[in-house]
This record gives sequence, C-alpha cells and structure tokens, in this order.
Amino acid sequence: MVRFLLTRIATAIPTLFLVSVTVFALMRAIPGDPAALMLGDLAQPGQLEALRAEMGLDQPIIVQYLYWLGDVLSGDFGRSIATRQPVLPLMLDRFSVSATIVLVAVFFATLIAVPAGMFAAWRQNRAGDIAVIATSTLLLSIPSFWLGLMLLLIFGLQLGWLPVVGYVPFSRDFGSALLYIILPVVTLVLVESGSITRMARASTIEVARLEYITHARAKGLSEATVMWRHAFKNAFAPTLTLIGLVLGSLLANIAVIETVFTIPGLGRLLVDGIYARDYPVVQGCMLFTAFLYVVVNLLVDLLYPLLDPRVTA
Amino acid sequence: MAGIETVLSVENLSVRMGQTGLTVVDRLDFALPAGEMLALVGESGSGKTMAARSVLGLLPPPFMATPESRIRFRGTDLVSAPPETLRQIRGAGIGMVFQEPMVSLNPAMTIGRQMAEGLALHRKLGKAEIRDMSLAMLERIRIQDPARCLAAFPHEFSGGMRQRIMLASVMLLKPALLIADEPTTALDTLIQRDVLDLMVELTQENNTAVLLISHDLGMVSHYVRNVVVMHKGRAVEHGDSREVLHAPKHDYTRRLVDALPRRSAGGSRSGGAPAEPLIELKDVVIDYPGRARLFGRAEGKRAVHGVDLAINRGETLALVGASGSGKTTLGRAIVGLVTPSSGTMAFRGAPLAYRSDAGGRALRQAIQIVFQDPYSSLDPRQRIAGIVGEPLKLDPALDRAQRQARVEEVFAEVGLAPELADRFPHQLSGGQRQRVAIARAIVSRPAFVVADEPVSALDMTVQKQILKLFRDLQARYGFACLFVSHDLGAVEQVADRVAVMENGRIVETGTRDDVFDRPEHPYTRRLLDAAMLLDRTFAGADGAGGSRLLSGTAGS
Amino acid sequence: MIARAFGLPALRFNGLIGVLVVGLLLLVAVFGPWLAPYDPLKLDLMARFQGPSAAHLLGADEFGRDLLSRLIHGARTSAWIAFATVVFAIVFGTVLGVLAGFLRGWTDRILMMVNDALLAFPGLLLALGFMAVFGASRNGIIVALGIAYMPVAVRVVRGTVLSIREREFVEASRVIGNSGVVTMLRHVLPNCLAPIMVLATTMFGWVVLSESALSFLGLGVPPPAPSWGNMLSTGRPYINQAPYIIILPGLCISITLLGVNLLGDAVRDWLDPKMQD
Repeated sequence: MVRFLLTRIATAIPTLFLVSVTVFALMRAIPGDPAALMLGDLAQPGQLEALRAEMGLDQPIIVQYLYWLGDVLSGDFGRSIATRQPVLPLMLDRFSVSATIVLVAVFFATLIAVPAGMFAAWRQNRAGDIAVIATSTLLLSIPSFWLGLMLLLIFGLQLGWLPVVGYVPFSRDFGSALLYIILPVVTLVLVESGSITRMARASTIEVARLEYITHARAKGLSEATVMWRHAFKNAFAPTLTLIGLVLGSLLANIAVIETVFTIPGLGRLLVDGIYARDYPVVQGCMLFTAFLYVVVNLLVDLLYPLLDPRVTA
Repeated sequence: MAGIETVLSVENLSVRMGQTGLTVVDRLDFALPAGEMLALVGESGSGKTMAARSVLGLLPPPFMATPESRIRFRGTDLVSAPPETLRQIRGAGIGMVFQEPMVSLNPAMTIGRQMAEGLALHRKLGKAEIRDMSLAMLERIRIQDPARCLAAFPHEFSGGMRQRIMLASVMLLKPALLIADEPTTALDTLIQRDVLDLMVELTQENNTAVLLISHDLGMVSHYVRNVVVMHKGRAVEHGDSREVLHAPKHDYTRRLVDALPRRSAGGSRSGGAPAEPLIELKDVVIDYPGRARLFGRAEGKRAVHGVDLAINRGETLALVGASGSGKTTLGRAIVGLVTPSSGTMAFRGAPLAYRSDAGGRALRQAIQIVFQDPYSSLDPRQRIAGIVGEPLKLDPALDRAQRQARVEEVFAEVGLAPELADRFPHQLSGGQRQRVAIARAIVSRPAFVVADEPVSALDMTVQKQILKLFRDLQARYGFACLFVSHDLGAVEQVADRVAVMENGRIVETGTRDDVFDRPEHPYTRRLLDAAMLLDRTFAGADGAGGSRLLSGTAGS
Repeated sequence: MIARAFGLPALRFNGLIGVLVVGLLLLVAVFGPWLAPYDPLKLDLMARFQGPSAAHLLGADEFGRDLLSRLIHGARTSAWIAFATVVFAIVFGTVLGVLAGFLRGWTDRILMMVNDALLAFPGLLLALGFMAVFGASRNGIIVALGIAYMPVAVRVVRGTVLSIREREFVEASRVIGNSGVVTMLRHVLPNCLAPIMVLATTMFGWVVLSESALSFLGLGVPPPAPSWGNMLSTGRPYINQAPYIIILPGLCISITLLGVNLLGDAVRDWLDPKMQD
C-alpha cells in the first residue's frame, strides 16, 4: 500500500519536470524580446542590454531555464510586465475565485449526474433511461459560454432575478456572493453533468453484467441494496477518474465562463496576459494550472484503492 | 418416493426472449426430492443455465419464463410469486454457486462482509454471532487462518479458494436447495475434484438438495445419479446416469456419450520403429521478466526449470499439467514465441534458431502451432482463404495459382466447405474456426506442430471431431506433435507418449499406456485420480473390452 | 447482442440524425460561397440590428452584415478547421502511437513521458499557450489544437496496438514467419482502425467546441472573418438589444455538436457491437 502510494507520487515528478520545460519553451517561442516588451517605447540605448543582462537573457538557454526553475521552486514566479506586481500572489488571489466556482460546480454536477447515470443504467433501454441519455447528450452538446450567455439573457437581463456580471468574494458578503455565483455555477453544472452522467451509466451497465451482481441478487438482497452496496462502489471508480479530469480541465476552460460573466478569475488572468504579451503572467498561469491538474489526478489515483482494492496488488 | 418431500418441481418450463422471441428452454419437466442431487447436462446453447436461472427468477432481461411454466419450491410457485417472496427464498431457501470464481465475488468488499450479508438479511443475527458462524464455516472448509480470510479481499485468493469460499458463504444459510452452475469448469482438474467433494460433503451434512448444471457427462455420472440431458432447450433424455451412459436412448445423448474420451484402439504407436529424435530440448530454463518499473524492473518468475525433452519423428508427445505448470510456456518456446534463458533446443540435430534469413524461414515453415482459443487466434479482418494461404506467401517458389490450389486442397483435408473461403472468422462456429487454425498450421506441410490445448475451448461433441481430424492428418502427413493439455481425456485419445509437468519440471515421461496404467510419480497418480477414471464396465457402448472412459475436463 | 436483436429504434434514429446533421454541415461548408445570399463581410449601416426580413432572412448584425451569410461562412470555417485539425492530430498521433506500441522499450518510454507531459495540460490550456505563440490566426488554431489533441490519439493508438499485439493471431503471424513490419501492417494496424475512427469522430466535436471557445476568447479566428465563436464574442455587447445575434451562432454550434455526438455514438456501436449498451 505504502509502496503503491510512493510509486504513484514518484511518477508525477518527471511529468511535472517536462511540463515546466514545455511551458518555458513555449514562452521563449513567443515572438518578441521580453526585455524590449518590458521597456516599451521609452527605451534608451544601452538600457535594453542592461535589462537583458539583469533578466539573464544573455545567458545560454539551459542556464536561463535552470535559473527560472530555481526561482519557481522557491515560489518566485517573477513580476507582471503590465502591473509590476509579483505573479504568485496575483495568481493565488484570482485562483481563489476560480476554485470556488469550479469546486461548487463539480460538487453539484457529481451529486446530480452519478445518481442519474446509475438510475439510467438500472432502467436500461426503458423510458427513464432514454430520457436521461437524451438530456445528457443534449447538455454535452451545448457550449458552456453560449449556455451562460443564454442564462444571463433570460435570468439576468429579461427577468432581472440575478446580477449580470461581476463577482463578490464570500468573505465580504455571503448573500450577494451567492447571488453572483449562481449563474456561472449553474452553467457549469449543466454542461459538465452530461459527460459524468454518461460515464456513470456506462460503467454501471458494465458492472451490472458481472456475475457478482447476480450473486448478490441470488442472496435475496433488494434491488436498492444490490445497486448501492455492490454496484455503486465498483461503478464509481472510473467515474471518479472522469471527475478528476473534469475538475482539472475546468481550471483551464473556466476562462470562457469568466469572460461571459466578467469574473476576475485565473482563466481571465491568463487570457488577458496573452493579449498583453505579459509573459511572466502567462508562464505562471500555465505552470500553475498544469501543476494543479497533475495534483488533482494524483489525488484521484491515490483514492482509487479505496474503491478498488485490486490496484495496489 | 413416499415420505420424501419434493423440494423443487419444474413443470412445463419454457424460457423465451421477450413475449414471443426465441425459445431457449422448451417445456422442461423434472422434480428434485429433498437432499438428493440432480444434474442438467448439455453443451453450450442447450438452455441448461437459463433453466437453472429461471428457478431463482434471475434470468437476464429480456429472457423470461412463460406464464404457463410452473416452478414449485416446497409448494410455492416461483414463476407467479411476487418479488418480495422471491427475495425471501433466495439465499435462505435456495442458494446458488456460480461458474467464474474470478468475477462472482465482489472485488471491492471483504470476504467477511460478503459472507455476513446473507445471514444478516435472512437470519437477523448480531454481528458477533455472524462472525462466529463465518469463522466456524471457514474452519470447516479447511481455510488456513479464517480470521485473516474474513478481512481479505477476493483478489488475494486463487480461483479454487474463491470457489470454496463462495460455497461456504452460500451453505452458511443451510438452504434446502443449492443450484451449482458449472461450479468447477473454470478450475484445474485437481482442484475441481476438491471443490466437488466439498460441495457433496457440505450439502449432505445439511440435507441440501443439489441442482448441478454441467457440460461434462463423465464428471456428472461420477457424482450424480439422476440426470436430465438437454439439447437445444429440450430435455432429450432423463434417467439414471449409469443407464444414460450405458444405453443412451436418444440420438443426441448417444453422440454425447460417444464424444466422451476413450483410448484409441491399437494402442500406442511408439515402441515399434526405432526412435529418431526430431526435436531435442536440453536443460531448458525459461524466465518471465518482471514488470518494468521506473528504475529497473521487478523480479521475474521462473516458469520452466531445466527441462530435457525429446520428441521423435511422427509421434505425438502429450505434455500434461495443471495451469501454471509451465507446459504452455515450453510449447511457445519451441515455436520461438518465448526465448529460453538457458539450455539448448535442437531441430533435426541443428540448433533451433529463428533467424530472418532463408534458413530461418524454412524453419518457420517446418514448425507450426495451433492455439487454444479459436476466437482470438484468427485475425478478425482477414478472410478465411487469406488466413489459410498466408504462410504460403512466404514461399517464393509458389505462384498465385499454386497457392490457391494448395489452399483448396487443405480446405478439403480439414473438412472446411469451399464456400467458407470468403467468410470472416466471426461468421464461423468454434469448431470451424479451429479447423481453419489447423489448416493454417499444416498448409506449409510442417514436420512438427505444437498444439496448445487445441480443443479445450470447444463443446464435447466438437472436441471429438477435432481430435479425430488431428489424428487423421497426422497419419497422412506424418508430422510430429507436442500436444499441450490439462485434459487427460483428450490426451488419452491422441498421445503416443506422455510427459507430466509440475511447477516447471517434468516429473514423469513414458508411453501413454505406461503413464496411464502404471503411473510412477505421486503427482501423476493424483492427476489421474482426479480425472475420475470411470469404471471399465461403463464403456459398454464402445464394445471393445480394452477401452476405458475418462471424464473430459474442458474449458479453463 | 440482445439489445440489437430487440432493436433499439431510438439508437438507430439517433445515428441517422447524426449523419444528417454532419452531412448538412459538410454540404454547407463546401457549397457555402454559392449558398450565401450576401458577402459575409459587406457592411450595410442602414441594416444595423435589423431583425429577420425578406432582405435579410435571419437579420443583420451590429455592422449590418447579413447574419445568414455569416453563419454559412462560419460553418465553412468551423468544418475546415475541425477537419484539418483532426487529420493533423490523428495522422501524427497514429504514427507516434504505432511507433511507441511497436518498438516498445526506450522509444516507448521516452515518447510516453513526453506524451504524458503534454496530456498534463488540461482542456484548452496547451492550445492557449500555442495561440500566445502564433497569435490569433486560422492556421495557428489548426496547429495549436492539433498539437493539443495529438497526445490523446497517441495514447489511444498505442493502447490499442499493445492490446492487439497480445492477441494470438499476431503471434500466429510470427510463427508463420512474417517479419515484424509485415505483422504490424497486415494484422495489427487494420485492427486499430475501428478505435481510430471512433476517436476521429469524437475529436471532430472537441475541435468544433474548442475552436469556437478560442474564437470567443478572441484568440481564435480573428474578426472580421466570420466564425461562430467570434460572432458570439463581437455580438455580446448587444445581447439585450438584438439577442438573435448571439442566439443563432450558439444554436449552430450546439446543433453541430449534437450531430457529431450522435454520430460518434453510432460509429462506436456500429464498429464494436460489444460496446453497445
């Protein structure tokens, strides 16, 4: 067991290393000289060379990478070119906004989608199942940003029930914070529950075919007990993996939802950074998001033995 | 019958797909008295499993028993019973043991919780009582360290152990009827016998009636008196198992009895002509590498420990052993699918090395293999004629017309209809597929063929045909054969000599008659014993006094 | 098998809808220039925010451009980008996946390490990174999304190759005397085609969605060239004033994705009866 955990954690390290190489290489591939970009049009002759030397840009590329990696590992992601603010606190601040929305959305999506998928599997090929598949396939096909715009149009602009744009932190005013995150969260719940429902249904059907389910019925257990005690745990394992993937990819795709509802989150920080060629911010956001994604998937893998004791063998 | 209660009576049972679809069980009748055993015997597609499942109302949808069917368990009709009544009877009144021990226990639940479930539901006992009863039962079935077993998960046990555990958990409730659906088909011969003996012991102790479902008439007749032979959904014969074996009345039963393995007349062919070794193995050791890890690899496993073996021209040497004995690995090494770690292999006196030059190609044509599973050994995207003719493409001496002529010739020899040439493998039956695999192996006229459990995935009557085909082809072409099998019945039909393998070592070699009649090594004796040789007098249908019936043990 | 015998009319009906929707998309994409009533870029300030009329069947946008023409040209953009991206990702992914699965050993380990690193960028992240390098452009999207989705193809193809080469018919090919390359081309690769086709169909949907998301963020197809995504983005300020400007492009994306998803399910069921549930 301990061996399994340690091995699994160890395999994440080379991945993270290559992720950092990729991000570094990408940023270096952006056309334009970061130092020139930083100085803007006001550069004096000689100033550019001085800044390049200060930023280490005159060093060989591998040395530059190692310096950068060292800085990142000690928590120094550099400063934003646009605002001169340090990148790490900026990212953490924006991340708290995105994380709230994503976590709440994935939580509710799971709560709705997993039982829906299991119900559909249980009623396989009957009316209830067809209704669930039809709904989830439909939801799967609607882009989140358009659904967000439609909800905003109906509930924000036409009916006026909910605020249209912006964000209030929960720490400041719980009530209005709740009002502000309803629309983005509902949008994400609707869009993401489609894929989770389909996955939960497929894996439950897969499990329901196995003989231990018939064995459980042959013991005289009720359908509810069979589904919950015998089918759920085994069927939930692949769904858990999908939920990890959804959680991670939302951290990147949240940018579109933040654009729709004008929310100052991590995704928006990244996209604005790309517009402004603010490469320390872009670099930081990409690295941070990929890091979170690897960690989320690692956590899912570490939880896996609880659902399926065979994986540690 | 007076005085003995009938536990289960089945009258006019028909099972259909939906209301009007395909009928898989057709008007079946039988009765089972308390404490007795009855067997439903039939090949795949006979409807035996569907009949058994309908007793518990566990038919997979859309299959259902027709409303005219009657299944009475101690007087209660189970077909018309409400779900609640059925649930009370399941587990408590009727227990069921399933075929595949690998998938019939929940992998995510400890053995203890799975054993406790039935007791908690039907007997309303406290946790401590349940634990005591479970421990006592595990001790009863001779499980070492029962307390640890309760806390363990199914994947920590072998197939045979899981089957014993499942049997124990079902018998904890002392049901009046046990339905055992091919309970040992997936197990090795030696373990089969243990599990069946245990089943008989436990059910007799508790006066539990047994409905045994099996494809294996030989095994059944050893344990069960009363058999119902099923074919295409119907009961074609019903009666005392010895009588059915001796004097089958129905045509199908006769075919089934005929298909039971018996020793070929004429005895062993070896011993006559001077032995001329074709293949010689000396001190062959084969290791399986461990799984690759991030750094280095895990420790491997030694499958074959220093084996010496010689196979003579034209003879069939059977390599016999339980699963994991290394017999398959050894066969794969001869055809070059596995490379030995040390030792030498020689073919016609020259080292056996598969190189990519002309010599290596000639060797490839001379040594062929027939795999166990005809479903996975044929490329699903190739047509049958293409599969059979593929080895010929590597022979530059043959042109297209010659290749086609040879393929047609081989089709006739293995008994494949010419119109199958353009079909794909999934359009063929299991027996036809295995004929295709054999055709592919012999099309290049090899001197030596490895047959790796070539019939164990097939129905009994088909097994018989394929074994006969194999022998006929061998007589015509004179190729030598290494016949790898766990099935002593099949071995007895085809082998000239027999080598017995246990844990990677060959423990006994000899002519077929010597090994079967005068086994020397204790392991060979146990294997033969477990194969449940039937008494000579059982083979009345055969007529020849010297022949003997063996129970086949197909499937693994 | 049972489900097929019993017939699930709903499933077959779905497949038909999928084929129709995707077929329509491709037709509109190919014949777009002849179908569109107006030049999608032609400004007509008199027609600004004009609702549906005889002149502009679906109305006109904030610059008075004909919405129907822009939607038709948007379909062309989406279909072309999705097609090119899928071809890019599948071709390179298949080559690398086959190499990894076939050669194994160190080649496999190094390829998969790099592949896993690329897979560690969730969702749009890698594509966003590439768009930062390329700047918003049509070909930039194709390369960015192609590289972003290629690792998925590598993983699927490698997994399929590894599982197929364990099958006995591949061993049989070796015993016959076929070389490794012949075995690969004649027996392994043809059996990988089914999963690759399923993946290609699914990926087409991912790319349509990702392209419209990138365009919506302003990092995809640069305006004024019409794409469904950038129409949503440029029309957003006028959402209250002229809702149809953003309702229609979104509807187009949704219908396309629905069609692709239904087609994907049908292709999967058709190619692999075992996966039919």
